[in-house]
Amino acid sequence: MREKAKILDKESINRAVMRIAHEILEKNKGTQDLCLIGIRNRGAFLAQRLADAIRKIDNAGVPVGALDITLYRDDLTLISTQPLVRKTEIDFDITDKNVVLVDDVLYTGRTIRAALDALIDFGRPRSIQLAVLIDRGHRELPIRADYAGKNIPTANNETVDVRLEEVDGRDEAVIVGKDE
Amino acid sequence: MNNTLVWTKKDLLGLEYLTKEEIELILSTADSFKEVSTREIKKVPALRGKTVVNLFYEPSTRTRVSFEVAAKRLSADVINIASETSSVKKGETLIDTGRNIQALKADIIVMRHNYSGAAVVLARNVDLSVVNAGDGWHEHPTQALLDIFTLKEKLGKISGLNVTIVGDIAHSRVARSNIWGLAKLGAHVTVCAPQVLIPPAIDELGVRVLHDIDAALKDADAVNVLRMQFERDEESAFPKQMEYFQNYGITQERLKKVKKNIVIMHPGPINRGIEMSSEVADGANSVILEQVTNGIAVRMAVLFLVAQARDNKSSQG
Repeated sequence: MREKAKILDKESINRAVMRIAHEILEKNKGTQDLCLIGIRNRGAFLAQRLADAIRKIDNAGVPVGALDITLYRDDLTLISTQPLVRKTEIDFDITDKNVVLVDDVLYTGRTIRAALDALIDFGRPRSIQLAVLIDRGHRELPIRADYAGKNIPTANNETVDVRLEEVDGRDEAVIVGKDE
Repeated sequence: MNNTLVWTKKDLLGLEYLTKEEIELILSTADSFKEVSTREIKKVPALRGKTVVNLFYEPSTRTRVSFEVAAKRLSADVINIASETSSVKKGETLIDTGRNIQALKADIIVMRHNYSGAAVVLARNVDLSVVNAGDGWHEHPTQALLDIFTLKEKLGKISGLNVTIVGDIAHSRVARSNIWGLAKLGAHVTVCAPQVLIPPAIDELGVRVLHDIDAALKDADAVNVLRMQFERDEESAFPKQMEYFQNYGITQERLKKVKKNIVIMHPGPINRGIEMSSEVADGANSVILEQVTNGIAVRMAVLFLVAQARDNKSSQG
């Protein structure tokens, strides 16, 4: 595995988060009934950053939750390493709320499918929107992002790694390719 | 967070056979599962399409119900077999019963058996996962795991704690599993009972043996009070019960002399006025009902991990 290209640096991640925060506020006409739920692991940190950005723009707090979708995956047996079941923390009622689901990379759409199933077990939101830092294409399900930091064409044998300071000690996104 | 450890065992037979890291993986997985039981819809689809068979050769309500609730909250299908109402009565061997359940394409057998080692024998003879829900005087791993989980939740750690186990140590699989698990996680274990209820060579497991309850409670951070099974005695048990309560029963009076935040556990069902007084059972130090709640999360974690280990093996060929 080798890094082919850096697609986002710290500055561009910050700008993307700020722009998405503006778009969320524009589309939802403010923070009324709005909440953010990040998909573990990195989506949860991005959701918190979006909430901080929204606070800066609108001076209003929105509830932030974290969702672990391991138990809802349809590919548990296909992944070589066993996933760790992490904590789901949604300590507010999502019924009648406009939920913005947040993840780092949108790829096949299967993670989002699992997250939608999980969310609906928590209540009946008025709407669910999707925000991702990077959309890399190759969807296998009819799912699209409402807000995307960057659209990046990739090959199927590449992967996109998003690194965040909270987990990885630095902010960047890179395309990683298999060695020939 | 430890991402490298993978659970590879198809069975859970006892804590003796697990590493410290495997025990910690079960505990951290259980911690994540605890939240599921607080949802409005208390169910996740993780074991959808899997069949769990509860095979109980000994009467049990709380353990069976706890496993049944755990399996159902993971969306598994659950079948209960009690030996009194099954072909076991007609003389079928354990291995034949296991193979028949396997032929039904079940995925996990949760077994309670009166013979020590029964779960190990069954696990060797079937491909499906076997979870030991108590075998004779040998082990009751999920009970010890939920005890340890509760203790860790209350005190924040296990390593370095002084844990005292009081009661019939000689005939207790709960004691044995707790001793293995606590020792692996670095706790100091003391067992306390009259000499006749202490098994020979118990000190080889690295525990301290005391016969005086006040001495055994003195430095304890937690005490696990085992159930006394006087109902199995033939003659009238009443004088013995009184004597036991006087010498070993946990009372408010005794607790005045110990650590203020001592955690009091009991696997249930409690004999009030024999193992402990009602005030203690219902008091601020008692975590007995939290143990019941935590038991579901721990059993969900165990069922999830063994099912996944089996799936991974079969997908690799």
